[in-house]
Amino acid sequence: MQTTNNKRLYSVIGASSLGTLIEWYDFYIFGSLATIISEKFFPPDNPTAAFLATLATFAAGFIVRPFGAIVFGRLGDMIGRKHTFLLTLVLMGGSTFFIGLLPSYATFSGAPLLVLLIRLIQGLALGGEYGGAATYVAEYAPANKRGYFTSWIQTTATMGLFVSLLVIITCQKVLSKEDFNDWGWRLPFLLSIVLVIVSIVIRLKMQESPLFAKLKKEGKTSSNPLKESFGKKKNLKMVLVALFGVTMGQGVVWYTGQFYAQTFLLKNCNIDATQANTCIGIALLIATPFFIVFGALSDKIGRKPIMMAGLLLAVICYRPIFGAMYDMSNIKTKTIVSTKELKTDSKLVPNKQDSFLTDEVEETTTSKTCSDGSVITEVKTETYVAGKNASGKPVIKTSLLLSDVQRWMVIGMVFALVFFVTMVYGPIAAYLVELFPIHIRYTSMSLPYHIGNGVFGGLVPFIGTLIFEYSKTSTNPSGDPLAGLWYPIGIAALCFIIGCLYVTKPKEVKKERIII
Amino acid sequence: MNAIRRILGIVWLLLGPAAIAFLGYEAYSRINAHPVSDVYLPWIIIVSIFTPIAIGLSLFGFYALTGEYDK
Repeated sequence: MQTTNNKRLYSVIGASSLGTLIEWYDFYIFGSLATIISEKFFPPDNPTAAFLATLATFAAGFIVRPFGAIVFGRLGDMIGRKHTFLLTLVLMGGSTFFIGLLPSYATFSGAPLLVLLIRLIQGLALGGEYGGAATYVAEYAPANKRGYFTSWIQTTATMGLFVSLLVIITCQKVLSKEDFNDWGWRLPFLLSIVLVIVSIVIRLKMQESPLFAKLKKEGKTSSNPLKESFGKKKNLKMVLVALFGVTMGQGVVWYTGQFYAQTFLLKNCNIDATQANTCIGIALLIATPFFIVFGALSDKIGRKPIMMAGLLLAVICYRPIFGAMYDMSNIKTKTIVSTKELKTDSKLVPNKQDSFLTDEVEETTTSKTCSDGSVITEVKTETYVAGKNASGKPVIKTSLLLSDVQRWMVIGMVFALVFFVTMVYGPIAAYLVELFPIHIRYTSMSLPYHIGNGVFGGLVPFIGTLIFEYSKTSTNPSGDPLAGLWYPIGIAALCFIIGCLYVTKPKEVKKERIII
Repeated sequence: MNAIRRILGIVWLLLGPAAIAFLGYEAYSRINAHPVSDVYLPWIIIVSIFTPIAIGLSLFGFYALTGEYDK
């Protein structure tokens, strides 16, 4: 009997996790291919298209995700978890597939508006998916192992990011650069439909969550989950404590560890893109099992100590870790031992003012080996404008290739950042599920989760850059490269204080007994 | 511990309006400096999404102050 139950539980986890992973995959490929999407659908010389592009970037994550949490959370609490997260999967997969088919702006001028709509649907679907999957698994799992079983759902966001990068890199490797830019970028979007169909078939075979099915049979489902979740003080105060005491901090730690770190390595440290992405990929793979470790550990020692420890570690370690990454890659402090000119290419490009004329662009690549084993690659581009002898100001792009030892040190540091993520994120699904009663659980847990992640987390790059700009003064015109970290540090510290003082173990946990 | 929870409630209660005022001021000065869609659109979205969150923080502070989170 126990074996059958476990088998059923693992099939529930497999089906739920696969669908959620696909949703994250769909959400991330849009982000990862943002540059090419922008070129194809949002031409910068068209102000309306540029306006829609900004709206697509900001609105999808910040407004629509919490809104999706409300819309689908309500549905999930009224008609059931299974059908609701099946719907979110269809919406997400269908819209992703549609992007792959959409003609570009050059042939269809309505494309920017459609892309914006599709992105909004994606955000809406993502807002509804996570709460459903977490609730569904938690309601199948035994109360004393909820942390362990729901932690599988927690791995999907990281794995979705990993799979999206893997598919894109594979497409880029298999196809020529021209083919990828021309049509190959559509493949990751089109592939989504295959994954979604597989997931739908699996999910259709699943049954409604036993706790919700029991509630429905007894006629105890909520007729107005929104009113009960946010209109009653007893529940609203728990929503607020979940948001300000847990998910707000978790969101910034998650985004800093997985996305800000990537931007920092590429933009502030100027590390070679392939090397930086590989370091992040390896660190993500090594750290992912810790979602399950901390989920399981939370069943034994409680959710709160692990999540709060993760927040505290992030607050304490962010500046030293990012500082070490910056120092290691700081070109100004490196001693160059040899310089070698690799190649000089020259090509003709049409003149911007007069297309009948051509400019000459000369590109010189120089490699500089440093005493610590790292290699600086400098690409100097000079443009000789048609009809003029003198060239304009040369543009120099620098990238750094780390030595093997330094590469592993960066992997170790990114691993530490993701490790903090696993601490705060691993037990959080079980914590949120246990905080709210079954009949309004989907609605109540989805909103704080998506505000924490979508708003507080999603704003890490924007506010980080803003603070960095503030740090530029007349005495230090280049600014403090670590200044952007004050936002995640501040939010995580605030969340830690609120969490330590106000988060308590939910009373509902002990009352629930699952009948499978 | 309950006393600390209640006293800090005042801080959360005041932090809400302070956050709205700060964001409003920032948005105003940024948009005035560069009134283009790349600047004003993100700021409008940020201010409109953070305002209800800041109200929520004040409400949280009020609940803390009135002892709703006491053990």
